[in-house]
Amino acid sequence: MNLSLKIWRQASPDAPGGFKTYEARNVSPEASFLEMLDELNERLNSEGEEPIAFDHDCREGICGMCGVMINGNPHGPQDGTATCQLHMRKFSDGDSITIEPWRATALPVIRDLVVDRTAFDRIIEAGGYISVNTGAAPDANIIAIPKEAAEASMDAASCIGCAACVAACPNSAANLFAAAKISHLSLLPQGQPERWSRVVAMVETMEEYFGSCTNHGECETACPKNISIDFIAMMNRDFIKAQFKNFVRIGQ
Amino acid sequence: MTETNTTLQARIPEGPIKDHWDTHKFKTRLVNPANKRKYKIIIIGTGLAGASAAATLGELGYEVDVFTFHDSARRAHSISAQGGINAAKNYPNDGDSIFRLFYDTVKGGDFRSRESNVYRLAQVSNEIIDQATAQGVPFAREYGGLLDNRSFGGAQVSRTFYSRGQTGQQLLLGAYQALARQIEAGTVKFHSRAEMLDVVMKDGRAVGVVIRDLITGEITPHSAHAVVLATGGYSNVYFLSTNAMACNATAAWRAHRRGAYFANPCFTQIHPTCIPASDDFQSKLTLMSESLRNDGRIWVPLRADDDRAPNDIPEDERDYYLERQYPAFGNLVPRDVASRSAMRMLDENKGVGPLKNGVYLDFSSAIDRLGKARIEERYGNLFEMYERITDEDPYTVPMRIYPAPHYTMGGLWVDYNLMTTVPGLYALGEANFSDHGANRLGASALMQGLADGYFVIPYTIGEYLSDWLNTDPVSTDDPVFSEVVDEVNTRTERFLAIDGQRSVDDFHRELGKIMIEHVGLARDREGLQRAVQEIKAVREEFWRDLKILGTSDSLNQSLERAGRVADFLEIAELMAVDALNREESCGGHFRLEHQTEDGEARRDDENYAYVAAWEWKGENWPQTLHKEPLKFEYVPLSQRSYK
Repeated sequence: MNLSLKIWRQASPDAPGGFKTYEARNVSPEASFLEMLDELNERLNSEGEEPIAFDHDCREGICGMCGVMINGNPHGPQDGTATCQLHMRKFSDGDSITIEPWRATALPVIRDLVVDRTAFDRIIEAGGYISVNTGAAPDANIIAIPKEAAEASMDAASCIGCAACVAACPNSAANLFAAAKISHLSLLPQGQPERWSRVVAMVETMEEYFGSCTNHGECETACPKNISIDFIAMMNRDFIKAQFKNFVRIGQ
Repeated sequence: MTETNTTLQARIPEGPIKDHWDTHKFKTRLVNPANKRKYKIIIIGTGLAGASAAATLGELGYEVDVFTFHDSARRAHSISAQGGINAAKNYPNDGDSIFRLFYDTVKGGDFRSRESNVYRLAQVSNEIIDQATAQGVPFAREYGGLLDNRSFGGAQVSRTFYSRGQTGQQLLLGAYQALARQIEAGTVKFHSRAEMLDVVMKDGRAVGVVIRDLITGEITPHSAHAVVLATGGYSNVYFLSTNAMACNATAAWRAHRRGAYFANPCFTQIHPTCIPASDDFQSKLTLMSESLRNDGRIWVPLRADDDRAPNDIPEDERDYYLERQYPAFGNLVPRDVASRSAMRMLDENKGVGPLKNGVYLDFSSAIDRLGKARIEERYGNLFEMYERITDEDPYTVPMRIYPAPHYTMGGLWVDYNLMTTVPGLYALGEANFSDHGANRLGASALMQGLADGYFVIPYTIGEYLSDWLNTDPVSTDDPVFSEVVDEVNTRTERFLAIDGQRSVDDFHRELGKIMIEHVGLARDREGLQRAVQEIKAVREEFWRDLKILGTSDSLNQSLERAGRVADFLEIAELMAVDALNREESCGGHFRLEHQTEDGEARRDDENYAYVAAWEWKGENWPQTLHKEPLKFEYVPLSQRSYK
């Protein structure tokens, strides 16, 4: 198939950026979206134009490195699919495709389609863990965890940290990302001792960098792992509860 | 090729094997808690091994600097590991033990690993499960709330713990979170988008590294008392592999060029269950977890060139060849055996799919037996991934699979302390060679990465560090640093200056074709000799005709890849040389000249029961072979049989 690609080019964080249109000829429907970009880059390189920079790595939808806006949709048109897993058979001959980096103040462009997502790491560093030193753990089967709780925790833990949720949000909020990690840990018995301090620390750090959630739900639609916004509700509930719990310091 | 008889000091403890690790821990010198902060340690890589080591050494109080070329410590390719992690917990009460895990791993590795290291790995395996659970890793559970296990290839017990098909992701996030906690605590300094391009030596020991900032292009020296490499394997030498696009051998190879011996480079694993390639533009191959072999049955049509759709082929016209050939282990034979069997089916023109390059992995009988919901719960994300790539529904049409390069058992030679032949330089995880011999069993890579990082290096690094108490790391003003910075700068600029015609990917693909053809699933002398010549030719062409645009002072992904491919072009030759030297078949190394009558690998224990450790002698000089003899006192040498 033949496609017209309108792609964001930006040389550096401070340089002005702009769209540039490229014609892609004879694209195979079996190619993945990123393989289509690989082919384009090979051509640009041979024609003497610098290849388009984009982040990617595992190409299996799990590392969270990839992700671009495709016709205004984070990760493109297919539900529950990261950019690397999207295949060109989802497009038609003659299509015009607009490809942009994630757009959010907290995710500044580094070059072309590559953005800086390190603000996510700041949220995790603020408390997205269980404080247990290596070597101090009891036998793994000492606590029985209801299968349902483990499964729900795993649903939340599936987040790949790609930042599509932020890109999709009209407020550039990171609530789905933060809520996924908070819920992953708060749904497990091991996560209880730090449950209330964790939610406050992580939410406050999140708000230093990102916008506020107004329940649009765009994040859930964009999420390549279909993480539910129910987790945001759980985070909000815990955050409110924590105001009282932490105030009186009664632990659990 | 030249050989020496220099003895490699493996530092294997004395006494019965079950006491080795305890004895060693007791004899190893300790660093007292107040002194730990006086030591600076550099860690390269934030996969399972690197992140777990950084977190643990930080917790102990060492001053740690950790570098990754990714934007975050949550991206490394450990994250793609699907099936699970082994441990000798024996929760299912099916006869497992530390000794059995040790035994299976040594046997599965076809008797080319070091017994003592493997025994330690089996010993600490249980602590890894405890540690990960305490961190909140959501392992799969039974309805009673206790941990669930499943089976993996090469074992007759269920000892694999898992989180759906995302075990690597969850274990890596556990280690990443532990690391994030130390970054917050200030014990670990984290450097993202920072690629290590060389090791700095002084007086024969490692004193630091040179790092390129991938965003600004700045090349800077960093010094420390010790350097730990946890930088993964080199399967991307094949271009098409299951590895992530950025996986590379540069850190290990640069260390090799500075004096670290490289062990068993020809031991590579071609994983049997990957999605077959669909066309020439393919950029990588996708693994379908080995855990699928628990419930999937592998078959091909009984007669050659059968073009019928799989569901039109009646039961009695199918050949479930693994169940037929290996009744004891069936579909769960080790990876090397499964891969070679698939290759033979294709050789007999029984390949399936549009390009005739696959075999079927069929879930219909498991779905009949257990119901679709149970299969979905176990493998849902894998089935979804398969559907995304092939546009076929594996619940109704059998999957097509074929072997693809996946893991490299070879790596930097290390002693029992995980130190390379360069004092002060360590290698962990896939980057070292020690635990998997000539073939790694499934669900053992996660185990080894975390064993090395959480439970081995925190104990063993003290032995070396104790010698340097109250000394500062060598100053980065020392000429040894500026010399290496200059070398790295020169090399980086050289890529840009070639100004030829061909892209870096073009060279990488060409190298990959040579490697898969001659140094892949089956190897022979003539092919390997040809490979050595062809690799040399591509390398010369690379340095003459490479075309890299842009500059070195900004994000330049082609330039990053150029450095990695340049190193692949060197390691590739050593792989072929090592494969030529090893006149036997063992594990993933299958020499056509050395096979039994029924096509199984024929080892030569009399002449090749050794680790081949290669010493760099300079460009254009053959590398020197050093041999570490392997002794098998606890798992008697035998021909592997999975029948």
